Amino acid sequence: MSTALEHPTYNYKVVRQFAIMTVVWGIVGMTLGVILAAQLVWPELNLGLPWTSFGRLRPLHTNAVIFAFGGSALFATSYYVVQRTCQTRLFGDKLAAFTFWGWQAVIVSAVVSLPLGYTTTKEYAELEWPINILIAVVWISYAIVFLGTIKLRKTSHIYVANWFFAAFILTVAVLHIVNNAAIPVTAMYSTSIYAGAIDAMVQWWYGHNAVGFFLTAGFLGMMYYFVPKQAERPVYSYRLSIVHFWALIMVYMWAGPHHLHYTALPNWAQSLGMIMSIILLAPSWGGMINGMMTLSGAWHKLRTDPTLRFLVVALSFYGMSTFEGPMMAVKTVNALSHYTDWTIGHVHAGALGWVAMITIGSMYHLIPRLFGRTEMHSVNLIAVHFWLATIGTVLYIAAMWVNGILQGLMWRAINPDGTLMYTFVESVEASGPGYIVRLIGGLCWVAGMLIMAFNVFMTVRRGEGARQPIPQTA
Amino acid sequence: MDTGTFRGIITGILIIAFIGLTLWAYSKRRKKDFDEAKNLPFADEDDMPANRDTSASRETDSRHDRGDRNT
Repeated sequence: MSTALEHPTYNYKVVRQFAIMTVVWGIVGMTLGVILAAQLVWPELNLGLPWTSFGRLRPLHTNAVIFAFGGSALFATSYYVVQRTCQTRLFGDKLAAFTFWGWQAVIVSAVVSLPLGYTTTKEYAELEWPINILIAVVWISYAIVFLGTIKLRKTSHIYVANWFFAAFILTVAVLHIVNNAAIPVTAMYSTSIYAGAIDAMVQWWYGHNAVGFFLTAGFLGMMYYFVPKQAERPVYSYRLSIVHFWALIMVYMWAGPHHLHYTALPNWAQSLGMIMSIILLAPSWGGMINGMMTLSGAWHKLRTDPTLRFLVVALSFYGMSTFEGPMMAVKTVNALSHYTDWTIGHVHAGALGWVAMITIGSMYHLIPRLFGRTEMHSVNLIAVHFWLATIGTVLYIAAMWVNGILQGLMWRAINPDGTLMYTFVESVEASGPGYIVRLIGGLCWVAGMLIMAFNVFMTVRRGEGARQPIPQTA
Repeated sequence: MDTGTFRGIITGILIIAFIGLTLWAYSKRRKKDFDEAKNLPFADEDDMPANRDTSASRETDSRHDRGDRNT
C-alpha cells in the first residue's frame, strides 16, 4: 500500500449516492407498477380521485422505473466504471454533485407534476417544458463529467464499457432535446413544434432510441464491466465487442417506425422500420453471446454466486426480448400484437428481465465495494431475491403473452356476415385472470426489492462502522 | 443529384465503413492492443481474487487507488 498515497482517490461519494437512490427509486417505481396492476384487476382502486387514476399514475410508473431507477443506476455504474477503467478521479466533483442533486430534483418534479395532470402526452417524455430544460442542463453536465474523466484517463485505451456509456449519454442528449422541442404557452403547458405524422415519427424515433440507448447501450456498458468482474475473467472477445458497439448504434436509430405500423406514417417508413428492426437481431445477439461466452470455463460459479446468476439471467432475457422485438416488428405479427398486452409483456421482459436484473446484479457487486466491504451482508438473501425476481418476471411475461394473443385474436375475429364476433369489453373480461397473474409477478418483484433494501441497509451500516476507525496506512 | 441517389450513396458509405471496421477489429495487428484493453477492468485491482477475504482488513477508499498499471 505504499503507493496508495501517490494517487488521487476515486470519487465514490456520488457513486454511493446514486447507488442508494437506485434501490429507493426501484422500490417506488415498482410499487407504482403493482398499484397499476391491481387497478386493472380492481378498477375501484383508482379511489375515484383524478390524482390516483390510471392515466396519471402510469406515466409516473414509467418515468420512475426508467429515469429514476434506471437513470440512477446508469449514473452510479458509469461514474464507477469510468473511474476504475480510466484509473483517474472523476472530472469535476462539484459538477458531479450537481448531476446527482439535479437528477433527484427532476424526479421529484415528476412525482409532483404527473399526478397533478401536467403532461406533454408524449410517451416516456411526458414531463413539461420547465422540467425538460432542467433535464437538458443536468444531462449536459453529465456528459461533461463523463467525457472529461475519459480525457483525464491514465490508461491508453478507452475500455469498451465506456464507449457504450458515452454513446448512451450523447445520444440521449440529442434525443431529449429534439423530441422535446416545444413552444411554451403557459408555465406548465407547451405545444410540440412538430405536427401530425412528423410529430408521431419524431416521438417514436425518440421512444425507440430511448429503449436502444437509455435501456440498452447504457446497460450494455454495465454488462461489459460487471459480467467480467463478477466472473473474474476478461470479456470473451474484445473484437466482437467493437463490432457489436458500432453495429448496434448504427442500426438502432432506424427502428423507430415499427411503433407506428398501420398508421398515417408513410408505408415505406413502416417497411424501413421493420427491416431495420430485423437486422437489429444480429448486433443484439452478438452482444448477448459475447457476455454469455465470458462465462465459458466459469459456469460452476453460478452455483455459488447469486450475483453472477442475476447478470447471466439478465443476458438470457436480453437475448429473448431482442428476438421477440424484431419478430413483433414484422408487420403481419404486429397486426396481431399491436395495442395488446403482448407489447406490455415484451417491454417487461426487457425492463424486468434485462434492465432491472443487470442493474441489481451490478449493484450487488458495487455496493459492498463502495462501502468498504468485500461481500453483501447476506449472500443467501441475494439468492432469495434472485428467485423472486426470476419467478416474478416469468409470471409477468407469460400472463401478458396469453392475454396479448387472446386479445389480438378476439379483436380480429369476425362473423360470416363481416361483423365483429366480440365486443371490446368481452376481451377485457377475458383478460382478467392474466391481470391477476401479472399482479402476483409484480408483487414478487417488489418483495425482492424490499429484501434488497434490507440487505443494502445492513451492508452499508456495517461498512460504515468498519471504515471509520481504520487510519490511513502509510 | 436527387435525394434517393444521395441516400443510396450514404448507405453505401456506411456499409463500406462497417466492413472496414470489422476487418480492422479482426486484423492480427490489433491483438496486442485489444488484449491490453480487455484486461482494463482488472488493471486497477490490488486484491487478487484468491486473497479477497484477507483484504477486508484494509478498508479505505484508497485501497482502490492504484493509479499505476500493475500489469
